[in-house]
Amino acid sequence: MTLQERPDRENLADTGLSETPAERVSYLRAGHTLKSWLLTTDHKRIAILYLISITFFFFVGGAAAALVRLDLLTPAGDLLSNEGYNRAFTLHGVIMVWFFLIPSIPNTFGNFLLPLMIGARDLAFPRLNLLSWYIFMLAGLLTLAVLILGGVDTGWTFYTPLSSMFAHGQVVLAATAVFVAGFSSILTGLNFIVTVHKLRCPGMTWGRLPLFVWSIYATSLILVLATPVLSITLALIAAERLFGLGVFDPAVGGDPLLYQHLFWFYSHPAVYIMVLPALGVVSELVAAAARKPIFGYAFVAGSSMAIAVLGFFVWGHHMFVSGQSMYASAVFSFLSIAVAIPSGVKVYNWTATLYKGHISLDPPFLFAMAFIGLFVVGGLTGLILAMLAVDVHVHDTYFVVAHFHYIMVGGAVSAFFGALHFWWPKMFGRRYSLVWGRLSALLIFLGFNLTFFPQFLLGYLGMPRRYHVYPPEFQVLHVLSSAGAGILGLAYLMPFAYLFYALRYGPPAGDNPWGVTGLEWQTRSPPPKHNFDAVPVVDGPPYDYHVEMEGDEDG
Amino acid sequence: MSDFIALWPGAASAYSREVDLLIGAFTVLIVALSAPVFILIVVFATKYRRGKPANRRHAPDRNVWLEVSWTLVPFLLLIGFYIWSTHLFAGLYHPPAEALEIDVIAKQWMWKFRHPEGQGEINELHVPAGEPVRLVMASQDVVHSLFVPALRLKQDVVPGRYTSMWFTADTPGTYRLACAEFCGADHSVMGGSVVVMEPADYARWLEETGTDRTLAAEGAVLFRQRGCSGCHDPASTVHAPDLAGLYMRPVPLESGGTVIADAQYLRDSILLPQAQIAAGYPPIMPTFANVLDEEEVLKLVAYIQSLKGGKERQ
Repeated sequence: MTLQERPDRENLADTGLSETPAERVSYLRAGHTLKSWLLTTDHKRIAILYLISITFFFFVGGAAAALVRLDLLTPAGDLLSNEGYNRAFTLHGVIMVWFFLIPSIPNTFGNFLLPLMIGARDLAFPRLNLLSWYIFMLAGLLTLAVLILGGVDTGWTFYTPLSSMFAHGQVVLAATAVFVAGFSSILTGLNFIVTVHKLRCPGMTWGRLPLFVWSIYATSLILVLATPVLSITLALIAAERLFGLGVFDPAVGGDPLLYQHLFWFYSHPAVYIMVLPALGVVSELVAAAARKPIFGYAFVAGSSMAIAVLGFFVWGHHMFVSGQSMYASAVFSFLSIAVAIPSGVKVYNWTATLYKGHISLDPPFLFAMAFIGLFVVGGLTGLILAMLAVDVHVHDTYFVVAHFHYIMVGGAVSAFFGALHFWWPKMFGRRYSLVWGRLSALLIFLGFNLTFFPQFLLGYLGMPRRYHVYPPEFQVLHVLSSAGAGILGLAYLMPFAYLFYALRYGPPAGDNPWGVTGLEWQTRSPPPKHNFDAVPVVDGPPYDYHVEMEGDEDG
Repeated sequence: MSDFIALWPGAASAYSREVDLLIGAFTVLIVALSAPVFILIVVFATKYRRGKPANRRHAPDRNVWLEVSWTLVPFLLLIGFYIWSTHLFAGLYHPPAEALEIDVIAKQWMWKFRHPEGQGEINELHVPAGEPVRLVMASQDVVHSLFVPALRLKQDVVPGRYTSMWFTADTPGTYRLACAEFCGADHSVMGGSVVVMEPADYARWLEETGTDRTLAAEGAVLFRQRGCSGCHDPASTVHAPDLAGLYMRPVPLESGGTVIADAQYLRDSILLPQAQIAAGYPPIMPTFANVLDEEEVLKLVAYIQSLKGGKERQ
């Protein structure tokens, strides 16, 4: 890839590139006032705003998880009341799903990297991007209001008629918060889709898009198509609760299963909103670590799209014991097996990419390896759950809890940390300690497995989820799980120490510290306000690393 | 199994041992599918570490068949397991006709069971070993889920409809029973036990347990008390359907079409009488939705089921 000059290099306003000298140095130097951050339309600054906000919510949600795990150290419910425990896990779920996982990779790294990776100076709608952050923060404040006003105790799933007619907590306020957050998702998704379609630089054809861009594109489609269904559903809950409109409660003429269908029609694709960007990150990390083109680029890109589409047709696998028709269950079981195939293709292709590569064991790759390991366990236990006869037993038990944490925490959060370690030098222009990075990757992997593996056993033993009080024979496994959660919590805190340290004391990163391909590595670290000094032109495939072939002279 | 730590749940039916076999075999499959990934990643990361000399020359051609095979072979194996598991699951929807029918009412936060002769119990369910038992379940308030780990069975209990679950327990003993669907504050203590007994012991237990009246007999009392008999009695002057022999018979509807008068239809006709009107009758029945609770509805349905057909000969 080469950088080509536009015709009128002198007229910066015409070229649309960074104008003032400070802006040309770095986006971080383009204004130091609070206003320059809170009213910025620079996608990179908005990404940092998101990074700070979701980190805050990650700790709030993590604190709720810590309460839950502490309470489960003993079979009797002695730390919290039954009601308090229910509020704690509901808060954990609501915050982690809508205020950390869904915005995590798309809104931070997607925002930061998407224009850089396709050679654009910003997203298609920079002001909409800022609006999306404000909407997100409004939703976050509403959620904190729920917390202060006493919480909500329906579980993050808001099942009716419990939520609409029976629960005592701040259900309407919590539903409103999630409703509002939905608009942020939709706007971000729309922005990304338009950006990928319209703002690719010369030569950046669809077949040359980095795989991270493909996965963000697929994610955006889901965001735009699925989120409205959730919004409507939550509005209906509020209508039933406030005005007694009979939609979901049979006592007023509604149908509780209708709610479950609508909810999972959003919430299953939502799992892919969380994990598709993670898959994209890992594709980048694996190629960078192996210094090889991704094996089967078209398959990996296509599998992201296949997952996005198939993901819309498997929601019924959450309802095998709900009383839905036996034939519906059989169809959903089959489709759930089918959706595993594109995921499997990715994993096998990553492994094949490593074959005869030049593999570095730097932190980003260790996080990618942790991701692959945990994602494989999470995915395969998902296949177990897709088996109807097994699901009847393990549905709504800790087996399910373990399974989705392997995907959403082991998978998505590991990828989030992998992305943070890979692109940190680009975002802030500083290197961090590789030793500490490797150590935290290792501790996160071990702590995670100690926390969640025992939960598979608990689930098969018949420990239902959302249980405050449990039979004493389950205690040993619960204590192991809580101990693992302690390690995991500390391991999640570690990167904040050395990454913040690096922010001030780390050595300068240079433009391309990992020696990898990709447009984002061709500009400075941190990038100038409008990303590139000249509009880049792409003239080769992505991941254009040298590969030794049989019969070559060298090697 | 030690008291210190449990690693595998007890099994109390042939079905539960089949589920164990299925998950055991399936676990072997997924380990076989994932082991190459785990092993190869570690091997490659060691062998092809950056800076370490190794033969890194690639064959000039891609092996397309290899790629197709690692997609196709796992898929075909999965289809095999899909058939096995779906077959087991389908059995859950086909209870034997002679199954002992026990009614279950779930409410925040207790389980109420009624045996056919009227014996009632709360949070404890006694069943005979070796005989098929079918639970017909209704919820008074929110969604609950009856979960018996030793039977590897679970079924949501949904307000507004009947769900059912059947099993043949074969090993006498006491097993845990729990609510698996989050149902509010005391969800985690909405549990109890299933006591599987030798049939003779079960019969003795039925005798010893106080029985007031059978469900159907209680339903007959309600039928008069609530005024149902005023219209539905064969001697009544009001033009209302005769209920004798109605159960499981096809009913032509005013709106066209036919429904089978199963428990769900009887229940809906009591609570939502305007929804499906029998052909040839005026839509004059009032709803009993706010008059009867789930338990009373179950009793009325049991009574209507017990009415043998006068005209019908089978």
